[in-house]
Amino acid sequence: MSDANRNRPAPASACPPPSPKHSAIVLGHGGGGRLTADLVREVFMPALSNPILDRLNDSAEVTIGARGLLFTTDAFVVSPLRFPGGDIGSLAVNGTINDLAVAGGEPLGLSAAFILEEGFPIAELRLIVQSMRKAADQAGVGVIAADTKVVERGKADGLFITTSGIGLAAAESQLGPGEIRAGDAVLVSGPIGDHGVAVMSAREGLEFETTVVSDSAPLHDLVAAMLRGGGAIRCMRDPTRGGVATVVNELAKSAGAEILIEETAAPVRDGVRAACEILGLDPLYVACEGRLVAIVADADADRVLAAMRRHPLGADARRIGGVVRMGTPRVLLRTAFGAVRALELLAGAQLPRIC
Amino acid sequence: MRFLDEFRDAAAVRALLDRIRGAITRPWTIMEVCGGQTHTIVRYGLDELLPAALTLAHGPGCPVCVTPIEMIDSAIELARRPGVILCSFGDMLRVPGSSADLFDARAAGADVRIVYSPLDALALARRAPASQVVFFAVGFETTAPATAMAVHEARRRGVGNFSVICAHVRVPPAIEAILAAPENRVQGFLAAGHVCTITGIDEYRPIAEKFRAPIVVTGFEPVDLLQGVAMCVAQLEAGRAEVENQYARSVRKDGNLAAKRLLDEVFTVIGRRWRGLDTLPNSALALNDRHADYDAIRRFGVAPPIAREPSECRAGEVLRGLLTPPACPAFGKSCTPERPLGAPMVSAEGACAAYFRAGRSAAEAAAAK
Repeated sequence: MSDANRNRPAPASACPPPSPKHSAIVLGHGGGGRLTADLVREVFMPALSNPILDRLNDSAEVTIGARGLLFTTDAFVVSPLRFPGGDIGSLAVNGTINDLAVAGGEPLGLSAAFILEEGFPIAELRLIVQSMRKAADQAGVGVIAADTKVVERGKADGLFITTSGIGLAAAESQLGPGEIRAGDAVLVSGPIGDHGVAVMSAREGLEFETTVVSDSAPLHDLVAAMLRGGGAIRCMRDPTRGGVATVVNELAKSAGAEILIEETAAPVRDGVRAACEILGLDPLYVACEGRLVAIVADADADRVLAAMRRHPLGADARRIGGVVRMGTPRVLLRTAFGAVRALELLAGAQLPRIC
Repeated sequence: MRFLDEFRDAAAVRALLDRIRGAITRPWTIMEVCGGQTHTIVRYGLDELLPAALTLAHGPGCPVCVTPIEMIDSAIELARRPGVILCSFGDMLRVPGSSADLFDARAAGADVRIVYSPLDALALARRAPASQVVFFAVGFETTAPATAMAVHEARRRGVGNFSVICAHVRVPPAIEAILAAPENRVQGFLAAGHVCTITGIDEYRPIAEKFRAPIVVTGFEPVDLLQGVAMCVAQLEAGRAEVENQYARSVRKDGNLAAKRLLDEVFTVIGRRWRGLDTLPNSALALNDRHADYDAIRRFGVAPPIAREPSECRAGEVLRGLLTPPACPAFGKSCTPERPLGAPMVSAEGACAAYFRAGRSAAEAAAAK
């Protein structure tokens, strides 16, 4: 450290002052990290704030009579529209089902809105809609309402889909970051980063050969199996944009918990690791579309893990860390060599238009 | 994964740490030149594991960070011109110029694109003959051959709508400048393995001799870095000042001869101002006379901008290894990756970004030492 130099003005080293940044939207605002959080806090919450939205959960819960009803919405802008293991259609179905699922909900029905660009091939649209139907059938849910709009050529990139979903909240279980306690275990349902790498491998300008396919899948059945298996499940999230690191940070913040993740415990496929090496990415920040992170009571962790592993979508479930203590919200990562560092929220967008 | 796991092996790391602890008898300061090395050190917390007597100073080897602000301003000006498609590596687009960055220019309507290779920019030029494709070329000797190849190919194929803003720089003059500075405290270097894969290692011998400083050409994985440190410490303890090659699986004495021929064909060596290091003689590459028509600044007659460089950011001291990022008053406060004051907070190779991403606050950095 250079105490002697600390107060000396740096000669040619100066950099510009902060420009009044971001008077316009930049891609990083969609990354799910700090910039997204800024946008939500500074633009959306002041205008739209209400007690339900303010919880910032994946699904909103409203109570009708004795039952809780879950409601969620999600927009899909993935590029390219088709990628190994899925397409924008199946992704739009699974993504919304998963937002309901991790809230413990049983999906009842979906709506879909299509924004189409003039010139988009109808044959392509047909394939994507068929893929939606297949995904919905597999999940046992119908698309029960839909809308279509068309914009001029150049005003949208082919096709954007927004889906919304309603579901029944689980009758007994109390799920939410507020349930998190010191000593809890952090579980992940399978290998991480598959979806992000699969999409990147298909992207123009970056084509690389990989055997990795997207993990896009509906999680409500896995969740139901976990809930049936018993054990104190505190909270679940699906690590989409921003990956496992981002959802664990969100949970730490919501719960006021210090969470320690073991870097070597997180399951990562070789193909994902290799692609991340080439692209300079950390798998912990790469999106999944068919995985969940669950925080469960330490004493019940093995039981919940066993229930997860009995389900095909949880066969490779692992424990990746734990809640160290309550108090200061932060996430720490223990590296392979035992050094501990913070695992921060991602700055801006790591991979734009991944979902 | 083969060729990777071996170099991240925990047992090998522990053995090397023991070797370094056993060898060191007094305080030494070693600089790792390359930002990629800095990121590995901070990401894996290697600096925390090394003995307290050893100080690692982070070097200027982040090409995005040392690119002069006026070149960024010129790139932004060019990007705003109608018919121009400006391409560069992703990091370069977020580096603040005098009043904006290239992403801001894009948000305001300019056609700015991320490419992963200069050859992708050339391919884009061939697909878009009605546009002028400008590649903002940054990087050390490692990436310069790819730019040279793109220019060589553009000439060979007669692609007239492709040009480059050439901000390529060379490592040895920067090492020399750091050693020659009166405030220097660096006693040995870990040179950048990938740069030397292209250039070979002969250029470093006169520097090691002149300044009596050992230089160990080193790779980028944890085992590489600790082996490099061990070799450097052994030299310092023995009073030797030689050039050694830790990264022999990639670096040959003479480097990559085909790449060097291409560099000679397309570029000429000039002096240039580095952001943070002032003007360094022989430190940069520019297109030579035979390829000057591919120089975008010249082709489009871009006037030299008057760059505005106020002084809250201490990037210059960081780049010269005089200041660790958390010791900068702006670090993590007015300067974050979302709102960077200086380039080292932006780049994948920037030291400030490395510390920020690893969540290293001033207090933690102090506690680690």
